[in-house]
Amino acid sequence: MSKHHVSTVINGEPKEFLCEAQQTLLDCLRDEMGLTGSKEGCGSGDCGACSVICDGKVVCSCLMLGVEAEGRTIITVEGVAEGEKLHPVQQKFLEHAALQCGFCTPGFIVAAKALLDENKNPTEEETRYWLAGNLCRCTGYDKIIRAVLDAAAVMRGENPPSPAA
Amino acid sequence: MPRVSYTAPTTIDDAVKALAASAGLAKVLSGGTDLLVQLKSGRARPELIVDTKRIPGMIGIREEGDTFVIGGATPGVMISADERLVKAFPGIVEGVDLIGSTQIQGRASIAGNLCNASPAADSVPPVIAARGTAVVAGPNGRREVPVEAIVTGPGQTSLQKGEFVVEFRIPKPKPRQSDAYLRFIPRTEMDIAVVGCAVNVTLDASGTCTDARVVLGAVAPTQIICAEAAQALIGHKLDDETLQKLDSAARGSCRPISDKRGTIEYRIKIAGVLARRAAAIAFERAAARA
Amino acid sequence: MSYLDKSALRLVGTRPIRPDGVDKVTGRANFGADMAMPGMLWGRIKRSPHAHARIVSINVDKALTLPGVKAVTTRADFPDIPPDKRVIGAAPHNLWDLSRNCMAQGKALYEGHAVAAVAATSPDIAEQALDLIEVQYEVLPHVMDVEAAMAPDAPLLHDNVFTAGIEPKPTKPSNITKMVRFAKGDVEAGFKEADIIVEQRYTTKPVHQGYIEPHACLVSVGADGQCTIFSSSQGQFMVRAYTSRICGADIASIRAIPAEIGGGFGGKTIIYLEPLAYMLSKKSGRPVKMVMSREEVFRATGPTSGAVVEVKLGAKKDGHITAARTVLKYQAGAFPGSPVQQGCICSLAVYDLPNAETIGYDVLCNRAKVAAYRAPGAPIGSFAVESCVDELARELRIDPLELREINGAKEGTKATHGPTWVNIGYQKTLEAARASEHLKTPLKPGQGRGIASGYWHNAGGESSAACHINEDGTVTVTEGHPDIGGSRASMALMVAEVLGVPFENVRPVVGDTTAIGFSASTGGSRVTFAGGMAVTQAAEKVIVELKKRAAVIWDISPEAVEWKDGKVYPAGPNAGSFEPLSLSEIAGKAARTGGPISAEVQINAQGQGPGFTTHICDVEVDRETGYVKILRYTAIQDVGRAIHPSYVEGQMQGGVAQGVGWALNEEYVYDKDGRLENPGFLDYRVPVASDMPMIDTIMIEVPNPRHPFGARGVGEVPIVPPMAAVANAIADATGIRMRDLPMSPPKLRAAFDAEPPARAAAE
Repeated sequence: MSKHHVSTVINGEPKEFLCEAQQTLLDCLRDEMGLTGSKEGCGSGDCGACSVICDGKVVCSCLMLGVEAEGRTIITVEGVAEGEKLHPVQQKFLEHAALQCGFCTPGFIVAAKALLDENKNPTEEETRYWLAGNLCRCTGYDKIIRAVLDAAAVMRGENPPSPAA
Repeated sequence: MPRVSYTAPTTIDDAVKALAASAGLAKVLSGGTDLLVQLKSGRARPELIVDTKRIPGMIGIREEGDTFVIGGATPGVMISADERLVKAFPGIVEGVDLIGSTQIQGRASIAGNLCNASPAADSVPPVIAARGTAVVAGPNGRREVPVEAIVTGPGQTSLQKGEFVVEFRIPKPKPRQSDAYLRFIPRTEMDIAVVGCAVNVTLDASGTCTDARVVLGAVAPTQIICAEAAQALIGHKLDDETLQKLDSAARGSCRPISDKRGTIEYRIKIAGVLARRAAAIAFERAAARA
Repeated sequence: MSYLDKSALRLVGTRPIRPDGVDKVTGRANFGADMAMPGMLWGRIKRSPHAHARIVSINVDKALTLPGVKAVTTRADFPDIPPDKRVIGAAPHNLWDLSRNCMAQGKALYEGHAVAAVAATSPDIAEQALDLIEVQYEVLPHVMDVEAAMAPDAPLLHDNVFTAGIEPKPTKPSNITKMVRFAKGDVEAGFKEADIIVEQRYTTKPVHQGYIEPHACLVSVGADGQCTIFSSSQGQFMVRAYTSRICGADIASIRAIPAEIGGGFGGKTIIYLEPLAYMLSKKSGRPVKMVMSREEVFRATGPTSGAVVEVKLGAKKDGHITAARTVLKYQAGAFPGSPVQQGCICSLAVYDLPNAETIGYDVLCNRAKVAAYRAPGAPIGSFAVESCVDELARELRIDPLELREINGAKEGTKATHGPTWVNIGYQKTLEAARASEHLKTPLKPGQGRGIASGYWHNAGGESSAACHINEDGTVTVTEGHPDIGGSRASMALMVAEVLGVPFENVRPVVGDTTAIGFSASTGGSRVTFAGGMAVTQAAEKVIVELKKRAAVIWDISPEAVEWKDGKVYPAGPNAGSFEPLSLSEIAGKAARTGGPISAEVQINAQGQGPGFTTHICDVEVDRETGYVKILRYTAIQDVGRAIHPSYVEGQMQGGVAQGVGWALNEEYVYDKDGRLENPGFLDYRVPVASDMPMIDTIMIEVPNPRHPFGARGVGEVPIVPPMAAVANAIADATGIRMRDLPMSPPKLRAAFDAEPPARAAAE
């Protein structure tokens, strides 16, 4: 069986790859393109560790075929920062110690970025429900939610005090 | 995952031809949030996957006179973001919105939710309660059927080889008509419904119900339209007596199983609880839609 | 040196950004499945579909002929491990058991037990090859429930296991592998003295650690038998040692590189994949990558025990407990080794008991071998004891917090299992609970509040560390502990504090097995304690060297210098004669004054301090659905000294969330054939973000003087009380006592419906 040739845009750059039809986008990102930032935690869309943004919507890349990326625009965790400049969500995750083992973190960063792209002033409850598809076993979510709410404040031009010292 | 072939046709006819011509099993791919899980677990072993998302009209929401038309592959986020749908069918939007996580919402479609034929599907009860129809394309042309005619059992539909759901048509609500969907799950999110209940009511100016549909999910092999529950509402206001009758009727119509998500006894009790609570919300919304 | 005076600390106790943080938020950090090597093959495992079966035959011929398959391995490749080689170093595991857990020998002992493995050029081909391996099984009766497994006529998992710890020694094999007993005083006399006796039975289901990263490794064995393992684990030295023993290789032939680890909680203190990947790599001559699917993680890796715990408490009307007896029966899974002993010890450790007896049974059953899960054994025992104490409080009509104030362990209390407590913070956690704003906040109807306490002993053990002063004065600290929760930040804080340099100048590195001396695993809440002790001593040793170098530069006696605030000063008769030298100034002259400036330390840390905690939980219960909402949660814990307070808070919050999941919804569901029905995160229900409120933490610091900075282990204690805290809150809200975990909605609704009407009225 011959492979599919897929042309797509990943993190702002045109990219081409070959894949078999049954390879998921997550497989293609990690194994064909060396973008190992997105993680496989469950393979069934229940944990969110594989989250990417596809044509502006946050989705589980483990539940998307690589061939479906044809002509679409994908953002992975590797594309959230701008060079050396971290996105406010990334910076606030660090300041709030919103990660312990860090495995779920890429998925949270992407999902949180998607939230703040759409909703500039989410409440704690809205933030928790938006992120319900991202499992974290280490933190109990407390510092993650605080980090996202603070990042939202930064993006609104406010200057919340930082817990990091 | 096992090997599979993939095609992404750009017309409905090409999709029908591909589905019909496939020697082995062919499955439609819209959001993929059920299909890919099943491919990986081995529950589905298709030879061919037909991706319908590149067919114009499969994704989108439009109004045609007295009807809302929703393309079969339209993802949940698009439905929840559509102000018109939120206003017209808050219950349908609630159901769609409850399917999985934000990430699942970014892809999951109501055609997929319907044709996957899980008794616990969240978007199906409120669409049935709103008397929605499904337009099916196939080798013999198009046909339009009530949504409740599609699912025939867990994992089974009435679709023939070569057929797939192109769009949903839902009649716009009348004045003082509205709906609500509630489901019970053990956590706050991310669970399959233990019980789901959709209530769609039409009221007169005094608040008396003139028309109703009560649809239960996850308590039988298919969604149940509870005629007795509807009868408990029609001609009445939502007082305590009506609520009791509604509770009883809902419980009486259940044929649930015990599984890892709930026991028979529990599901029956919750069906009554959700029917009461969903009816209260639907009545309140309907009264506000003068 | 001692750094116990908090007011003198410059860096320890602050909250800088962790040094590995940017890699983790940008996706650069490499976890177990993130590496690749040229020529790499993909490995997959064939697993038993039966809970208990004799393996009659395995035929791999067809699999070997599939194009793309490069190697197949079965039990036949693995050496028997003679009795004198079944334990290695101070590691606790029986490697013969572990070897047979990694690859079944003779019998499949649980659904998911590995019986063969293949390596092929793509994951797809490896999967196809599994279907071509033909295994003949003779299905045997299986047993799951712990009491059923204890029955004399239960299906036997091993015919050569005889119950240890009972006299006379049994001659008939049993699924009960051992009985343990601890006692103090005379319990019968104690119960006779009591005015009130409460006796109850509590049951729990097996739960999984639930780490989001499945097990993964990449193993490459060369033609000369030299091996590199890249894997995520809680201990690269453990990986090296266990792989060497199970595969019959020398330890020195294996280099184990620690990947970043995506959660462990004890579940990665053993190995499953590395020996299989080793054999496949050896046989194929190519590197082999093996990654478990989530389903495999649930079916085939050790959860913790399901258990039955019986508690009997006797007390006087004034609240003094006169006697306590507990009997704990824990599932061990397919091989011996449940944490029942810890369960016995820890659940009573919170109390000052004049008379007590605790008995524990370790019981085999047809499930994956139990693996450690955060304070192993303690949460289960404490669910029972802390619930029973609450029931006792209600019988006595004494406030549950007050009952603990009356009976709680204090300085000088002798614990049931032997030690006498010194320098413990339990009473302070009770005081803080009493004074907390949480406790003062009134509740609404339908809401309830529960209190529970917990204990974990923490661990010390072997750690190595090296401190190198680089030519520009920056510092590299190499230690041997995989960083599971932010420990590198704490290591850098301690070293920077000792050396008097900025935090950013210290780069902590977790070294592989060739880069640093032996270090025991990350677990037992030991890294900040033992690893911290090692890095501190290494830094202090470096200071001795720095002083010597300054003396050489100044041409004075090395006794005549002192170290202060990150600089060397001339002292004594030479005081003031020379400008002080900074670390970077001395570093720049290292070659001329004697060579590279480094120090390495190897210790077996002793003196770890136990951790005590008290939790307060508010719930709201929907009586119609049985749904329990956690409204508010406060965890109060003696942490010794919070080296990096944010990560200490994080440990407390994470433990609470796991305990809440254990309390409300997590459980393994088996069908009648012993097959797992919920091997995925859909139906194995861990808490999601919308299930939890913010988790408030109060850190009490009673420093442990045996650690240079006063640190105690903090990671495990917080998972001990939540199940009882939630159960006690539900009892407070509804009058219903739930004694079986999880307290899921259907069970609550059934309990409400079964409640006798009289009690409902009295509430």
